Amino acid sequence: MSKKPSAIADIKSGSAVKATDYALAPINAALSSPQRIELYRTMIRIRRFEERSLRAYQGKNVSGGTNIGGFLHLYIGQEAVAVGCCSLMGKNDHVITAYRDHGHAIAVGMDTKPLMAELYGKITGCSKGKGGSMHYFAPDKNFWGGHGIVGGQIPLGTGLAYALKYQGKKGAAMAFMGDGAVNQGAVHEAYNLASLWNLPVVFVIENNGYSMGTSQARSSAGQLAKRAEGYNMTWGQCDGHDVYEVRALMDKHLTLAREQSRPSTVEIDTYRYRGHSVADPDNTYRTKTEIEEYRNKKDPIQVSLHKLLAEGVLTEALADKIDAEARAEAESAAEFADASPYPTPDDIQKDVYWESDHPAERKSEGRLFFD
Amino acid sequence: MPQITYREAIRHALAEELTRDPNVVVMGEEVAQFNGAYKVTDGLLATFGPTRIVDTPISEAGFIGLGVGASMLGIRPVMELMFWSFYSVAFDQILNNAANVRYMSGGQINCPIVIRGPANGGTNVGATHSHTPENVLANHPGVKVVVPATAYDAKGLLKSAIRDNDPVFFLENTILYGDKGEVPEAEYVIPLGKADVKRVGADLTIVTYGRCVIHSLKAAEVLEKDHGISVEVVDLRTIRPLDFDTVLASVKKTNRVLIVEEQKPFASVGTQLAYMIQREAFDHLDGPIHRLATIDAPAIYSPPVETEQLPNPARVIKAVLAAMA
Repeated sequence: MSKKPSAIADIKSGSAVKATDYALAPINAALSSPQRIELYRTMIRIRRFEERSLRAYQGKNVSGGTNIGGFLHLYIGQEAVAVGCCSLMGKNDHVITAYRDHGHAIAVGMDTKPLMAELYGKITGCSKGKGGSMHYFAPDKNFWGGHGIVGGQIPLGTGLAYALKYQGKKGAAMAFMGDGAVNQGAVHEAYNLASLWNLPVVFVIENNGYSMGTSQARSSAGQLAKRAEGYNMTWGQCDGHDVYEVRALMDKHLTLAREQSRPSTVEIDTYRYRGHSVADPDNTYRTKTEIEEYRNKKDPIQVSLHKLLAEGVLTEALADKIDAEARAEAESAAEFADASPYPTPDDIQKDVYWESDHPAERKSEGRLFFD
Repeated sequence: MPQITYREAIRHALAEELTRDPNVVVMGEEVAQFNGAYKVTDGLLATFGPTRIVDTPISEAGFIGLGVGASMLGIRPVMELMFWSFYSVAFDQILNNAANVRYMSGGQINCPIVIRGPANGGTNVGATHSHTPENVLANHPGVKVVVPATAYDAKGLLKSAIRDNDPVFFLENTILYGDKGEVPEAEYVIPLGKADVKRVGADLTIVTYGRCVIHSLKAAEVLEKDHGISVEVVDLRTIRPLDFDTVLASVKKTNRVLIVEEQKPFASVGTQLAYMIQREAFDHLDGPIHRLATIDAPAIYSPPVETEQLPNPARVIKAVLAAMA
């Protein structure tokens, strides 16, 4: 027997059986078995990637230096949200999110090697080591970041929707934010513009209950998504621990955006097991018991696994294999990151201006950089 | 050559680029139905329709951010700030998102947005409406900053700005909007980052831009006539990229420098210029670098006194005489 814990070892009896079976929602009923497994696989790939990144963050490299600098905001516990939402993307659908962006990046299909390398600050990173954990981007996957300022990405996401509408493309933008973002003015300005101009955007509030260390009760008045009513937008709310439930709700909202070019707001209840960032000692604003409750009863990966086993889509052996592959992928990403070179000081001034990166096509004159 | 106003020159540039490129959209408060708070966009709605000329709510963070997002997908938004002073409520969108998105994405994303509007004092609207943020903007690598002084320059530079693949911040001047200048009917563009020697002289170089170019030219006439001092006026036109070669050539010729700017003195554009001039032309200087700026206080309302707070021809003359002493 493997020494690694089985992926299903800690399923608690009777967990996560819901009154409504969202697996029966049309968007989910239409899923083939491989597609169902893929949802599960993506969630566990995110989990293993982040667990591996945490180990790297806490460890040292061979020279005794830091593997990963700055902040590391982990998505562990929230995986069903990004996976459920991004699994619904068509070719004209776009995603933008805040700084807790690893899950979305993997869910839109980014390769984990350059993602890990970005954390390590390597030139092989998805942003060449210039963005870091909070600033992943993949325009080729319709993924527009990865943004560091709370709520600042929401006008941008609204602009993606504006561009879709202007260009006559039938698609939708998903603009993700945390529950802390709903009190930012930029979010409300974006709500107003989106509704006023009938833009195809879904504002997705990932409500993990805490804006950093301040609970929802201490930071936000009223139901978060309901604020949409003030802007004449419809809104919805669901439990984000079940990837099927996320998909069932988001499908409706994405359809509203794509078919009727109407914005809406969705509040998805979720939970993060780790601190706000790895730097958060996580001992001031919530109890260990609360975290354990979520872990034991609502873990999105366990919920999904439980359902897939019940559906007969997955076997324990296959689940273990998927988990082993996800761990191996994360390990391989870390090895890739570790072995990759850093950018050089010569790279610092690259990627600043389009024009300085395309000197042959430059039209302006004069100095772009100063010393 | 026809004489048109600075305002009309900007409008013509917008109209030509709207015609040339279907991805160009003009957006801002009162730009469409109201025909522009300063009538820069007068008539554009009638010509191009509401899809291309878009009225926004008073919501700078929202609509500027929306423009930044749209530009990432290939739209070329030309956003009007009724006053550049209002940039402060959209600061995060302008200087975190527009300025940084290319860099933080490792060069994967372009942000071809233009933000334009007036940035000047001198209209007795008090401190909140009189900011000149070109130094603040130009402090951010990734952006370009243009401050035209004449109708000809405004048109040619705005056309380049709209075609540029990087974010360009275009700072106009409400007092110049009615100034007429010769503008050819045939199409032309002026590359960003190219200074213009507006007056050739031998004794002292004034390095300046924006409305201070006009003040400096007026002062130069008086200085020539009444004091026999020959002043060369170098109009930067673009702050970033910066045509420092033209500045350097002039300084090496005249050996004396006065920087004139409608900026608060501390960490201004002139501060940067002074550093560069002493660094690269130290041995060519016959005296210290002089600088005339706005008197260092928030913009005063009192109409006759605000004129004195800002650079003006009389203050320029005085500053040149001091520099020549």
